[in-house]
Amino acid sequence: MTSDPLVIAGRTFRSRLVVGTGKYPSNAVMADAHRASGADMVTVAVRRMNLTDKSKESLIDFIDREQIFILPNTAACYTAEDAIRTARLGREVGLSNWVKLEVIGDERTLFPDNIALLEATRVLVSEGFVVLPYTNDDPVICRKLEEAGAAAVMPLGAPIGSGLGIQNPNNIRIIKEQARVPVIVDAGVGTASDAAIAMELGADGVLMNTAIALADDPVAMASAMKLAVEAGRLAYRAGRIPRRSHAAASSPMDGRIAPVAAAAGGRAGA
Amino acid sequence: MTIRLNGEPYDIAGPVTISALLAALNIDPRIVAVEHNVVVVKRQQYDQTMVLEGDEVEIVRFVGGG
Repeated sequence: MTSDPLVIAGRTFRSRLVVGTGKYPSNAVMADAHRASGADMVTVAVRRMNLTDKSKESLIDFIDREQIFILPNTAACYTAEDAIRTARLGREVGLSNWVKLEVIGDERTLFPDNIALLEATRVLVSEGFVVLPYTNDDPVICRKLEEAGAAAVMPLGAPIGSGLGIQNPNNIRIIKEQARVPVIVDAGVGTASDAAIAMELGADGVLMNTAIALADDPVAMASAMKLAVEAGRLAYRAGRIPRRSHAAASSPMDGRIAPVAAAAGGRAGA
Repeated sequence: MTIRLNGEPYDIAGPVTISALLAALNIDPRIVAVEHNVVVVKRQQYDQTMVLEGDEVEIVRFVGGG
């Protein structure tokens, strides 16, 4: 197949897998997992500096910034205002104007507050941000986010960190059908097949953190996810066969050897 | 003077610039972002931005996240 990069807002990514930087057993394991994943975009969170213990090693030192683009998020923001402030701070730390925009509406499910999300998207787009909103798997809000200037839409597959896989494949397919910006399935992946399913549905990419970081072997899982995303993408482009409820033989009916009874000239005595 | 730094009271001889505040805290300005009274301060303005008694300052950096 021809080269098939992911392009968002004019920026080209070799990999369709976007990975996080949270929850790894160590920064060293994270760096190895990033390499194994092949991802060239990773998400980070923006948080207050710990002023009493500045000895902690800096996350940035474990991200290969020559190879990897850093996408700050607004995780744990519950209002448009907080998300906008956090996005502005993230831009200043990272010196890029990209943001994974999260406005959370519910603590238990971490589902987005779509109304505040749309509002924050409008404000940040007007300030020149490249906005990648994390959203419900709802085609209507995805269309509104796109109309508001989002550079991609990032519907969830399942709640963040749940590992439940793609809960509403039909919505993901519909979102992709209508979208004119890339669709990145963000959150809910548990294992490689989940990532492959997202890609087979037509998603342009998959974003995940917990599924890799909390796997027993994060580096091996990162490799599995790389292969799954590639396999799912290839399968999508290859065009799957239609589903049918009954069998369709793969081997020809013609030219079979004669059934035993016929070869014997008919069953004797019958 | 006392300022509010990352949500906590903090005493420092002042007024000080953002640059001087970061230096006093031994923080590398290249890895953080600073908000002064809820407005992000551009790095080029750290030398000119004065922090006064009662001001609110937030210093943030990147941490692991998804």
